[in-house]
Amino acid sequence: MKLNNSKRLERLHDRYQNGDLSRRTFLTLTAAAAAAAGLDMPWMRQALAAVEEVRFDGWGGTVQDAIDKYAFQPYTAKTKLKVVQGTFGDEDEIITKIKTSKPGDYQVIHSSGVNYYIKYVNAGLTSEINEANIPNMVNVLQPMIEPFRKLTPKLSAVPYDYGTTGIAYNTKVISPEEAKEKGAALLLDKKYAGKVGGYSDMTTRVWYAALATGQDPNNLKDMDAIWAKVRETRDLAKKFWSSGAELMDLLSKGEIVVTDAWSGRVAALQDQGAPIGYLDPAGSYAWMEDMLILKGSPMAECEELINFMLDPATSIAVAEGQSYPPSLDPTKVKLTEKIEKLPAFDKSGTMKALTFADPVYWATNEDAWTKQWNRISKGA
Amino acid sequence: MKRRWTLYDPRLAWMLVAPVFLLLIFFLVLPIAVMTAYTFFTFVTAGVETSALTTANWHEFFTDSYYSGFLVKTLRVGAMTAVLCGVLGYFPAYFIWATTFKHKWLLLLLLIVPFWISFTIRTFSWINILGEQGVINVALLKLGIINEPLPMLYNEGAVILGMLHFLLPYMILNVYVSLESIDRTLIAAARSMGCTSAQAFREVTLPLSLPGLAAGLLLCFVLAAGSYVTPQLLGSGRDALFGNLIYDTIMGELNWPMGATLSIVLFVVLGFFAAVYTRYMGMSQIVKGLAG
Repeated sequence: MKLNNSKRLERLHDRYQNGDLSRRTFLTLTAAAAAAAGLDMPWMRQALAAVEEVRFDGWGGTVQDAIDKYAFQPYTAKTKLKVVQGTFGDEDEIITKIKTSKPGDYQVIHSSGVNYYIKYVNAGLTSEINEANIPNMVNVLQPMIEPFRKLTPKLSAVPYDYGTTGIAYNTKVISPEEAKEKGAALLLDKKYAGKVGGYSDMTTRVWYAALATGQDPNNLKDMDAIWAKVRETRDLAKKFWSSGAELMDLLSKGEIVVTDAWSGRVAALQDQGAPIGYLDPAGSYAWMEDMLILKGSPMAECEELINFMLDPATSIAVAEGQSYPPSLDPTKVKLTEKIEKLPAFDKSGTMKALTFADPVYWATNEDAWTKQWNRISKGA
Repeated sequence: MKRRWTLYDPRLAWMLVAPVFLLLIFFLVLPIAVMTAYTFFTFVTAGVETSALTTANWHEFFTDSYYSGFLVKTLRVGAMTAVLCGVLGYFPAYFIWATTFKHKWLLLLLLIVPFWISFTIRTFSWINILGEQGVINVALLKLGIINEPLPMLYNEGAVILGMLHFLLPYMILNVYVSLESIDRTLIAAARSMGCTSAQAFREVTLPLSLPGLAAGLLLCFVLAAGSYVTPQLLGSGRDALFGNLIYDTIMGELNWPMGATLSIVLFVVLGFFAAVYTRYMGMSQIVKGLAG
């Protein structure tokens, strides 16, 4: 097939969209071609118009405050590129919004790791990052990148932080000794009936039921036992919370005295002087979060933003602010003492001390288990 | 000969009303049609569906008692809320209508003032009132009346209370408008015929205010049965209503075909009650009530 100028430019555009070309190279080549051939391609006006802002959507609260303060504001000061922010309480909620909007409306998502990454991949919402445009990726922990690369060899997301969902308890009611002795069973202690909380999320509920029934969360053999345990927790629980803000509110107001909880949010509560203890029982649910660039985003600008966020100085400041360890490899980058003391921090850089969910195993069961959990949470 | 347009020409009326019709088609009929089409789509996996037509979603709805159970519960909570609104709302409406207070507008203004504050914030405020560390429990504990905080939050009672708080002004306004349209000479006539005040109320005022009460009941019922935020904030999972079920199916399971099916079910059921009301009472009363 003979290539004409339009075809060549279309291919050039595809390469830019796929992240194979930097924005500058693309504009230079397009402008040169246009000048030479007098062409006017449909995307040219849009492409030549400077990108002035990048859209970011995250979890809100203390986590996003830290990202805004230590990453976005300095980034805007440096590049004049504004980061327009939105928040979500539940990531499925933002996936629905993305699905119903046009590509490019939503651009960078602070996503909950590989379990969610699959959903974006299945729904055709992912982009392809040009890793050469993110040189700071060399400092990112390889054990965190590998699970993403298994799903899509060309990445759409870059791991940014990680944490655990351990047990938070009110130290005025439960002693650290009691918490340590009972571990995950604390959530099922009838003594605290009506004062127990939990994250309203299938993965967390099934994970903790697996720990309670002595099963491997990544290879469940007896689902009936799992659902029975989930029901048991539900009957003891006062409220299943659905956002970090709600978790902090319930704990600090004393509405609940024990709950599974996100390590960083508990650290934030402890910083505020709340009498809250935190325990990571054996096999507690570890997760990672990533910065996901969606299809249709201005790739060069998004990549530049993520590269800035991964800069050790930025990343460390954000990690200290949000109380979640960064995805930087501690064997390559000198981290601070404060970060080394954060819950879930893995100083070896191997991540072997943490138990992550097997994304393929969980994705295979996600639909059926989510449906069952939704029913149980409503009393079924 | 070409007919000239007059002020009362039906064609002019149609032209004036056409933009509204178009808006209704675009914002109401079209979305409902799209949702109806979605009910026949096939769910593949979270966030992915195909347009391969199937009746599986409807089959699941009609054969799974989980859904019908939720529907019944939603209608029960909606009905309880509406009846409580009627009982509690009639008296303030009657008071505002009957009072000789010179600045009656001030009382009506008090009814509208809550609408100036976000509904979500008003709902959240109940957490600070009913919670274990809330005003009521702290006061009762400090007074030594109770030893343990009362469990007033995250249950059906809290949900109904939250909805009462939200819906009561709608009921009061509807009843008040209905009372306001009563010819007061009828009551004077009843009194002159020997009725006591109570008899005049029972024989004249109450029957004539029933259309407003019925309009308020329908409005409160439909709004309560379709509510999502109040059960989410003030209830536990068990206190979820049909709206929460739809939300979870679409936003949690990312199962749009089933979510669309449930949405159409709620639309048809609530539409049925509205249609029954319209058949016997007419919509004009609700319009009057909403217009204040």
